[in-house]
Amino acid sequence: MTVESTAARKPRRSAGTKKSPSTEPELVQLLTPEGKRVKNAAYDKYVAGITPDELRGLYRDMVLTRRFDAEATSLQRQGELGLWASLLGQEAAQIGSGRATREDDYVFPTYREHGVAWCRGVPPENLLGMFRGVNNGGWDPNSNNFQLYTIVIGSQTLHATGYAMGITKDGADSAVIAYFGDGASSQGDVAESFTFSAVYNAPVVFFCQNNQWAISEPTEKQTRVPLYQRAQGFGFPGVRVDGNDVLACLAVTKWALERARAGEGPTLVEAFTYRMGAHTTSDDPTRYRGDEERQAWEAKDPILRLRRYLEASNHADEGFFAELEAESEALGRRVREAVRAMPDPDHFAIFEHAYADGHALVDEERAQFAAYQASFADGEGA
Amino acid sequence: MATETSKAVTSKTMALAKAINESLRRALETDPKVLVMGEDVGKLGGVFRVTDGLQKDFGESRVIDTPLAESGIVGTAIGLALRGYRPVVEIQFDGFVFPAYDQIVTQLAKMHARSLGKVKLPVVIRIPYGGGIGAVEHHSESPEALFAHVAGLKIVSPSNSSDAYWMMQQAIQSDDPVIFFEPKRRYWDKGEVNTEAIPGPLHKAQVVREGTDLTLVAYGPMVKTCLEVADAAAEEGRNLEVLDLRSVSPLDFDAIQTSVEKTRRLVVVHEAPVFFGSGAEIAARITERCYYHLEAPVLRVGGYHAPYPPARLEEEYLPGLDRVLDAVDRALAY
Repeated sequence: MTVESTAARKPRRSAGTKKSPSTEPELVQLLTPEGKRVKNAAYDKYVAGITPDELRGLYRDMVLTRRFDAEATSLQRQGELGLWASLLGQEAAQIGSGRATREDDYVFPTYREHGVAWCRGVPPENLLGMFRGVNNGGWDPNSNNFQLYTIVIGSQTLHATGYAMGITKDGADSAVIAYFGDGASSQGDVAESFTFSAVYNAPVVFFCQNNQWAISEPTEKQTRVPLYQRAQGFGFPGVRVDGNDVLACLAVTKWALERARAGEGPTLVEAFTYRMGAHTTSDDPTRYRGDEERQAWEAKDPILRLRRYLEASNHADEGFFAELEAESEALGRRVREAVRAMPDPDHFAIFEHAYADGHALVDEERAQFAAYQASFADGEGA
Repeated sequence: MATETSKAVTSKTMALAKAINESLRRALETDPKVLVMGEDVGKLGGVFRVTDGLQKDFGESRVIDTPLAESGIVGTAIGLALRGYRPVVEIQFDGFVFPAYDQIVTQLAKMHARSLGKVKLPVVIRIPYGGGIGAVEHHSESPEALFAHVAGLKIVSPSNSSDAYWMMQQAIQSDDPVIFFEPKRRYWDKGEVNTEAIPGPLHKAQVVREGTDLTLVAYGPMVKTCLEVADAAAEEGRNLEVLDLRSVSPLDFDAIQTSVEKTRRLVVVHEAPVFFGSGAEIAARITERCYYHLEAPVLRVGGYHAPYPPARLEEEYLPGLDRVLDAVDRALAY
């Protein structure tokens, strides 16, 4: 359901807008957990033309992203990565929103947007350099309009807003999407980005994946109101979408991006989802949450529900699923081999890129470091 | 500033604040990607009038009044830089920069390295700094060392109108983020500006008075104080050299070394607290570089390890003529 600003268009409530029994407010849903397509007068049009091929594509994206994610978790367990932040359970939110973006749009991710990176065409193995500790960001942001992962939570929402302000100044019709989570919603930078984007009417979509947990803290520790309602106070619309429904995420994000392109300013999308795994491989969720909750969310699995829909509507056959299984395993292998082959960086990488135009002290310290290193070589030679 | 060319007809006398204003105007004129943003920089022209008239001439899209949120100002400037703009942001007063400290230290300073050089952040952060204007709390601080400690940032501070003009040009042209500390108590001091001179490198120090007996090192507001000290010392037959650092990061240690090898004595002066201040770094490095030349330990004169005091006490807190002369006497006594 949406919250309306005075200036904004508002999709009307419809049959597909589900009222949850508990404290959960209404959310936009197009596919039920059972894989049943439900109508939604406001958002159906954003996925009306979707072809079976595209539906299979969304399914493939989610399966491959999950496979990549599982491989990365394994690589951490094997000691190949220092840390991994799993996206397990959030595939629909990321693939749905990621596939809604246009090539010229720009994405500002957190450190968990592996599915969005996949949609943007960032080679998945490139995401792993920072988790292996060979770099702090292993891709060129401008190659895929996908910024580097931002570890300090919420900071990137301001960068996204500034970038969007630049789009307006350029007279372009691109849009920006900024990812953040329920934990980051408490950060001042997120509030400031809402203020700036509203005041300057910046073409930015704030995509909050509310995965219910900020490490050990539940959403109740962050907010007294549903997060999407925060937008109202800043003067732009907010909508809560079923974050485990890839079609709904695709539709709602397309709507929000179109608003941005049309000069209607920012939108807050709250994708209501669940972090099925630990915060990172260093975390132990058994210390703070019960398994019943996880099991309840497992029944809403994003991949399973699209599979049910594809099967029920005869959009995919056994051959498709078998082929995808093989492709998944190949991807896992490729990622595994790529990570194991990643060399440690050259020692002098410490000094490289500290500055764009150079810095006398960095030059001096690099020379001292080189002399120190060379002193061992002399010793060996003696 | 290195204005060794003969005085051209383009040389004008202007106040330091006006020199920055003229420099911003020139940058806005010559590069459509340059933006000016901050609190009250538009119609008002900034609380010190440094941006006076710019919004009128360049429009609200390029001279931007922002919401009162410093992290937001710097954070959105980063985003604009990622889009290809060259924002010059104003933080209204030194003590107001800390809400933006996270964006400056965690993002602005590190994104170039994080991206392995793929992303450049040509952002200038202007901060009127220092005391001496009788202000209320948070309006008189000198936080330059808090930024100089962070790799990825460049820190400069002009002491006169000509440097203010040219260093701002160079800061805007820099592909690295530059924090531009403006000595607010010198805003109204007038000086010659040759707008057609060829400036020397941004991060090189300048000998502003040659001498043989002792080197005084300063930057920003304290350069004028040190020149006055040198005049006073001259009356007592002491011939002091004054070095205007102009840049705190990188810091021109070669220039200090050259001077100290000649004078054999060094006093560093800044308004910022002495403890962990830039003088400490200078003292350590010059001791290492000039150990066999020094006739006295490197002495420092600066603020005390106490919160900046109420205005009625600031003359006691700030290094003035007598406190610097006292340090000079002590150094010469060795």
